[in-house]
Amino acid sequence: MSDTLEERGDGAARQRIDDPHLSLPIENDRRMEAIIAGFLFVGLAAAVVLAVGYSLAWSEIWLGTIFTISLAGFGIGVTAWGKYLMPQGPFEEPREELSSSAEDREVFDATVERGVGIIGRRKLLVRLLGAGSAALGIVLAFPLLRSLGPRPGNSLFTTKWKRGSRLVTADGRVIDASFLETGGVTTVFPEGDAGSAISQTLLIRPGVPGSSIVTKPGRETWGPDGYVAFSKVCTHAGCPVALYMEETQQLLCPCHQSLFDILSGANPVFGPAPRPLPQLPLYIDADGYIRAQAGYDEPIGPGFWYRGND
Amino acid sequence: MLTQTLERQTTWLDDRLTLGKGSKKLLNKIFPDHWSFMLGEIALYSFIILVLTGVFLTLYFIPSTAQVVYHGPYKPLDGQRVSEAYASTIDLSFSVRFGLVMRQMHHWAADVFIGAIAVHMCRIFFTGAFRRPRELNWAVGVTLLMLAIVNGFLGYSLPDDLVSGTGLRIAFSILLSVPVVGTYLAFFVFGGNFPGTSIIPRFFILHVLIIPAVIAGLIAAHLGMMVHQKHTQFRGKGATEKNVVGSVAWPTYAFKTLGYFFLTAAVLAGLAGLAQINPIWQYGPFIPYHVSYAVQPDWYMGWLDGALRIFPSWETVAFGHMIPTIFYPAVLFPGITFTVFYAWPFIEDHFTHESRQEHHLLDRPRDRPLRTAIGSGVLAFYFLLFSASATDVLANFFGISLNIVLWSFRILVPTVPIIVGFVAHRICKELQTWEDVGERKRPTIILRSADGSYVGTTADYRPGDEPRELEPEPVPEAVGAHANGASTPELVGAGAGLAAPSQASAVPSGVLQAPRAPRNFDGGGGFLSNLRPRRQRD
Repeated sequence: MSDTLEERGDGAARQRIDDPHLSLPIENDRRMEAIIAGFLFVGLAAAVVLAVGYSLAWSEIWLGTIFTISLAGFGIGVTAWGKYLMPQGPFEEPREELSSSAEDREVFDATVERGVGIIGRRKLLVRLLGAGSAALGIVLAFPLLRSLGPRPGNSLFTTKWKRGSRLVTADGRVIDASFLETGGVTTVFPEGDAGSAISQTLLIRPGVPGSSIVTKPGRETWGPDGYVAFSKVCTHAGCPVALYMEETQQLLCPCHQSLFDILSGANPVFGPAPRPLPQLPLYIDADGYIRAQAGYDEPIGPGFWYRGND
Repeated sequence: MLTQTLERQTTWLDDRLTLGKGSKKLLNKIFPDHWSFMLGEIALYSFIILVLTGVFLTLYFIPSTAQVVYHGPYKPLDGQRVSEAYASTIDLSFSVRFGLVMRQMHHWAADVFIGAIAVHMCRIFFTGAFRRPRELNWAVGVTLLMLAIVNGFLGYSLPDDLVSGTGLRIAFSILLSVPVVGTYLAFFVFGGNFPGTSIIPRFFILHVLIIPAVIAGLIAAHLGMMVHQKHTQFRGKGATEKNVVGSVAWPTYAFKTLGYFFLTAAVLAGLAGLAQINPIWQYGPFIPYHVSYAVQPDWYMGWLDGALRIFPSWETVAFGHMIPTIFYPAVLFPGITFTVFYAWPFIEDHFTHESRQEHHLLDRPRDRPLRTAIGSGVLAFYFLLFSASATDVLANFFGISLNIVLWSFRILVPTVPIIVGFVAHRICKELQTWEDVGERKRPTIILRSADGSYVGTTADYRPGDEPRELEPEPVPEAVGAHANGASTPELVGAGAGLAAPSQASAVPSGVLQAPRAPRNFDGGGGFLSNLRPRRQRD
């Protein structure tokens, strides 16, 4: 306590008016008041201009800028008012320990115990209430959780591709063997499921007409007439594997940069993808249309718990 | 006149709500002053702006994936089939006056909100403000960070554009990767297999009601605990463990913080008006078999995206079950991150046993080299992961192969944080050896004695250069008006409550008013001349 303070009977402080704690931190408060008034005026004027600009449908850039000027005028003005035209102290206040006194705690404990004792006497009721609310909670989980969606069932293991599916583009055009030049690529779907997020498949023609693309032993007939097809859903996080690099015959997923080597069966050669893209076996029918020999022989896309061994 | 009206109002309220009793304490509350204490305020004000701008957006946004044909002022999209969510977002950007400013302000405020929380959390961590008694408030803060990130992701998923749709596909895959329940989780959240039609309306109600309500409640708890426990403070200026030193709430702090709200809003409005963000008309509508190149999520998702990119392709299959590779970087890793965040006060206390008493004085980071080293290393770790979410951009920019960039990050992410930690530890130790850090500098006078030896002594302060900080004092309960330099300062009874009759002074009791500084300065003295030198630091 300094000499500018006098103690009152109850210990509260009375303070002399020339206390530096209450003085302003600047010498010329009139000048500061004028400056602050200037900023507040800018805030006000900009608000008026904003109203005009709004009614005249000025561009959003101008409206945003004027809005900024208005807010900044008020912001600077009010902050400076608090900083220069108000007492800065420093003031202090005492900080009491947070723990209650020993007596208060005893009373608290005793009160809690009193309630627990009154409740605990009715053992049957306590058990019934516990079991009942648990049962109700489990029952409520069904409308709250179970109704949210269908069970996954078989849907993660299958696509709409099946034996004989004709390949169509996103807008439903049927694809024949002359659709792509060598080095061409397009996204295809089974007929009737155009645009599907699950069935989307990349049809690539790395080979010349008449050649057969064999990516792995056992897939001798899967790539007729220079065509191959792979699931477009990345085995890492499910993004569309959209970038085909003809020079190296690789596919790149733009999300996390997994790289798949087409000619070795879309084997991941770089990046975080753990598995090859599933390959769709193709054949060309008598009319020259490209069709699927069968659906994918493994689940497409990223992994999941029930995927198991394959 | 004004004061009488004010007094009538306060009396009317007090008669009904007993305001006088607690308000004296509240209005006279002390807030320590330090620039770093304003970081949390940025977050608070960003949240308020998020709510205000967000309400505006809900008036125009349609949370539906039903397909419509777009006809509107944005000609490149004219005639294209898009979802209602996408079309309404374009419309509120281009057809609603001031809509683009509001939408961009909302998006910028979200980025600033999470950024301010992160920097605020660093301040709390490095100064040890999470120690007893504030462990609970630390946990509330960690929860707020988590909810802010989740709500940010939900929010930028709503416009149903190509970038956010790709993000949703990844989110579906991440849910799918959870062991045992993952497939059910993904199907229940999305209402079926990806993409489904439920996710936009579901995310909408989570984004605009449920999570904001929880955030608002937790902010109230966060601030309530802060007010109850009183703010921490740095040493110096008379601050001890038993007091709080700073500005008084009414009116000084109230005005400073109101001004700060306006300044935060001004920065966000400036960004909204001048800096384009999330131009979904350039990305195009979400089409599940389309994707664009160089897609980065909002900044606060960067650490997860980076982790997804650089984590090795480990996928384990055993007993007919699979743990997918993305489970580790996208589920386990954030789970560990937030578990460690929650547990940190208790982890540290396990070694320091500081929870035996309360800590209200903040640490200087240099005084706790180990904590500072760990914190710096962790920051470096997450910053590197954040950078790793731009592997493709970096490879393009520097003209090097993706392969090199990826492997650089796979090596840098685990090693650099350790180096950063060691360096930070070393710097702390060095800084500790400097005496009088933060003190006003004084010249050292080096004298050579007659026998040739040198002695260095610290000089006195030069005249007029003495430290002038005042000792802190309690806020006077009431002060009379002081005008025209009256020789006898007027004292107002300190016990005067709100409802007490007005004293001779024109100032309502209980309201602090600064006396006007006398205007006749006597050569650099004036009222400043009674500033006494600061007490020596103990």
